[in-house]
Amino acid sequence: MNNLMSLDPMTLALFLPLFGAMAAFIAPRAASVIGLATVLANLGAVGWLAFEIRAAAELITPLGGWAPPLGIALRADGLSVAMLALTGAVGLLVSFSALDALRDARQRQYFWPLWLLLLTGLNGVYLGTDIFNLYVMIEVIALAAVGLTVLSGTREAVRAGLEYMYASILGALLFLMGVGFVYLQLGRLDFAGLIAATPSAALSAALALMVVGLLLKTALFPLHFWLPAAHANATAPASALLSGLVVKAALYIFLRLSTYMPLPDEILVTLLGALGAGALLWGSVQALRAERLKLLVAWSTVAQIGLIFIAFARAGQVGLVESWKAAALLILAHGIAKSAMFLAAGRIKDEVGHDIIRDLDRSAIRPTLAQFTFALAAISLIGLPPSLGFIGKWSLMEGALQAGYWHWVVATMVGTLLSVAYFSRVFAGFLRFDRMQGALAEHKGWALADLAPLTLALAAISLGLMAAPILSFIELGYPFGAMP
Amino acid sequence: MSDVPLLPLFILMTSLLASPVLFALPESAARLRTAINLGMAMLKLALVAWLGWKVGQGVVYDLRFTMLPGLEFKLQADPLAMLFISLSAVLWLITTIYSIGYLEHGPHRARFFGFFSLCVAATVGIAMAGNLFTFLIFYELLTLATYPLVIHRGTAEALRAGRIYLIYTLAGGLVLLIGTLGLWVLAGTTDFTPGGVLEDVVTEHRLAAQILFVVLVGALGVKAALFPFHAWLPIAMVAPAPVSALLHAVAVVKAGAFGIMRVVYEVFGIETAQALGMTAPLAALAGITIIYGSLKAITQDDIKKRLAYSTVSQVSYITLGVALASPIAAVGALAHLIHQGLMKITMFMAAGNLAEGLGVKKVSQMDGVGREMPGTMLAFSAAALAMIGLPPLAGFVSKWYLAQGGLDAGAGWVIALLLGSSLLNAIYFLPMLHRAWFRDRADTASGTSYRQIGWMLAAPPITTALMVLAVGGFANAPFSPLEWTRFVVAIEYQE
Repeated sequence: MNNLMSLDPMTLALFLPLFGAMAAFIAPRAASVIGLATVLANLGAVGWLAFEIRAAAELITPLGGWAPPLGIALRADGLSVAMLALTGAVGLLVSFSALDALRDARQRQYFWPLWLLLLTGLNGVYLGTDIFNLYVMIEVIALAAVGLTVLSGTREAVRAGLEYMYASILGALLFLMGVGFVYLQLGRLDFAGLIAATPSAALSAALALMVVGLLLKTALFPLHFWLPAAHANATAPASALLSGLVVKAALYIFLRLSTYMPLPDEILVTLLGALGAGALLWGSVQALRAERLKLLVAWSTVAQIGLIFIAFARAGQVGLVESWKAAALLILAHGIAKSAMFLAAGRIKDEVGHDIIRDLDRSAIRPTLAQFTFALAAISLIGLPPSLGFIGKWSLMEGALQAGYWHWVVATMVGTLLSVAYFSRVFAGFLRFDRMQGALAEHKGWALADLAPLTLALAAISLGLMAAPILSFIELGYPFGAMP
Repeated sequence: MSDVPLLPLFILMTSLLASPVLFALPESAARLRTAINLGMAMLKLALVAWLGWKVGQGVVYDLRFTMLPGLEFKLQADPLAMLFISLSAVLWLITTIYSIGYLEHGPHRARFFGFFSLCVAATVGIAMAGNLFTFLIFYELLTLATYPLVIHRGTAEALRAGRIYLIYTLAGGLVLLIGTLGLWVLAGTTDFTPGGVLEDVVTEHRLAAQILFVVLVGALGVKAALFPFHAWLPIAMVAPAPVSALLHAVAVVKAGAFGIMRVVYEVFGIETAQALGMTAPLAALAGITIIYGSLKAITQDDIKKRLAYSTVSQVSYITLGVALASPIAAVGALAHLIHQGLMKITMFMAAGNLAEGLGVKKVSQMDGVGREMPGTMLAFSAAALAMIGLPPLAGFVSKWYLAQGGLDAGAGWVIALLLGSSLLNAIYFLPMLHRAWFRDRADTASGTSYRQIGWMLAAPPITTALMVLAVGGFANAPFSPLEWTRFVVAIEYQE
């Protein structure tokens, strides 16, 4: 039944972007059209998959008809479809804004193939069922992401891109070593094999290697050194993709692996939480000190990744499933809100001509719509109700309180207060007028580039009201291991 | 039970939906903006009157929407909510008229009225929140909506005030979030229920319940300007006059005081709170705030600052009445929620008129202003005398019930406190009246009229001053705030 030609939404989600990337590369003049069509088709495939998952809860497609452990299979459950939907929807809106934001023909020519390649990698991660394929996919992602970083062509961007590449290669190598050890131990690499394996010290060591590789890729403090420069110096659509989507892939793999192969020691879990708290504090402090708007937003990503790791830090079986859920909500919330914020920051930079926070209030041009979008995104990132970020934070703190982990509650609160502090630096620049030079000037507005981030920011706020259906969707197919 | 079950939602939506429309309107569309503002305010007033009529007949409104498993977004229109919504609906209309006059030709009007509407929507949400979780959502929305109003002038001073305001209120909001989570973990519900939800829990978790009380009331005390969390309120005075008026009369400080009521009456239950030994310290803290605010008010020369410290003092009457744990004191507290709103909004609008029309911003400049602006100053004087507690004005009614409640609760010190506070009120208000009416305007100041005070600025304070007279004089009439208050107290004390 399952031959290569059978039309199946998972196969489509994997190969559509791949073919799109090739086509956009071959025909650079039609790149925008091809890119947009591919992204739309991809979202269609994800919608189809979501529809099927609602009925079936879990779907498995062996590629080419060969079942694991021999062949490769694609698998989807609620969590993976949620991640695909995040990628597809955010990707579509970022694509719209890229139409407007990328004015340089050369940037346009390379943006689309790279972004479609990135989409292939991301979709591959969310549908993958064995760790070697995950390795391949994270390499694809890294390749495309580094390309997107240097796309702006400035010297800072190239240097940041190089650093990012080194970090990425190192992370992938560590992951690959872990994969190799697992293969030596078990003789197979598919998830089912991992679940069935009996825990051993060697397996734990392999897991540790993979985890460190992932931490490097997701930029958890103190392995975050490459992120701020890379995300701050890319063009706005690229930054939105990097911060909103790319770091999520490594987080997702971490989440999956930890459900299949629970971390062996409570001390390790606590250590991860402590690193998360460190990221939350250090990222926030750096955001407080950042001189440029985009750099502030990038440091806020470092802090938010820390928050997500605090959600992961739940040992034993005490509310483990609850903590995965909180982490999943936070991942979705951050993906939407942060891409909105980067796009809005890019618009502000475009209109004002610079993004030096201290001087924002001197500008006579006030891109009010982009500023409003920035503020809406900040509401979700700070975690104020009724945004999706708030629901995520609520779940995190509820679980921590129930388990008696007061220290994580305190860390989360401190992080929240710091985020208010660093975002209000920006608001002050928006709202102060007494240092303005000259009369208030006209600004553009309601362009495609404004509409996309506004839509994302409004989604980040209003999806909080739909948290209950989102959660029950994510739990389809029991991705967190809680069997009925 | 009710023929229009979505009525509370409609009331919320009048101001919530007006907000994005007002944001999107171009700066120049002043007439359309005015029409939307006034139209929505009047529509809301009509809907609130309808709702009040229904609730008075015993109709129950209860709207629920699940946000997370077990956790509901819940709107209800109980008599206590009605009290607060009516206040906000009436004063929204009046303040809107005043703001339109005040901001005529000013900058950023689209932004101002957008946030203004959002602020009123948040107030309505706070009033109708059926559980602490929903309350929290609107409580944070209120913070976000008022911040741009506080810094509306966009000066360095305004931004500094805004930053302090934001730090205080968001930190308070965060502590409230923790408290709400704590309640959720401890009781398994955050629903507001007359008699409280913690009765069964306190025997086992006495200490946890006590900590929870401190956390919740402390968090709400930030907005209620309870000592020592009051410092933001006098600083937030840089806001435009209608914003200060709204902040002091309905929106922010009242949200805090109202929240304390909900928490004491419907989360803990007055008996449980008493059994935990928490009401007496709260009453003492309210007493300290009353005296402290008045003492600070005396030393202020800036009119708005003096009024702000007076608010610090007066709002704590409400907390005092709640904490005394006597139904009679509760009547005083609830009535004061309304009365203080009417009195203070009058005074702030009058102060705004003095600043706009004569450039008078300090008490020491007030000589002879009564002759320059008789209407405004008559309104101001009526409100000031009511604050002092001159019978039969509004403030007297509140103080009378509070004093009786104090006796009823066996707390004789309350009488002394109220007398002392009234004396202090007189010390800081009467000199203002004396200057306004019995001194001559300094030669240098007279004649330099800043701008014409049109009817939109002149009429609102006079209207609210008349209400101050009415709610005091006709306190026993049906549908007066006092009568409604008795209805509410009967429910909260489950009589």
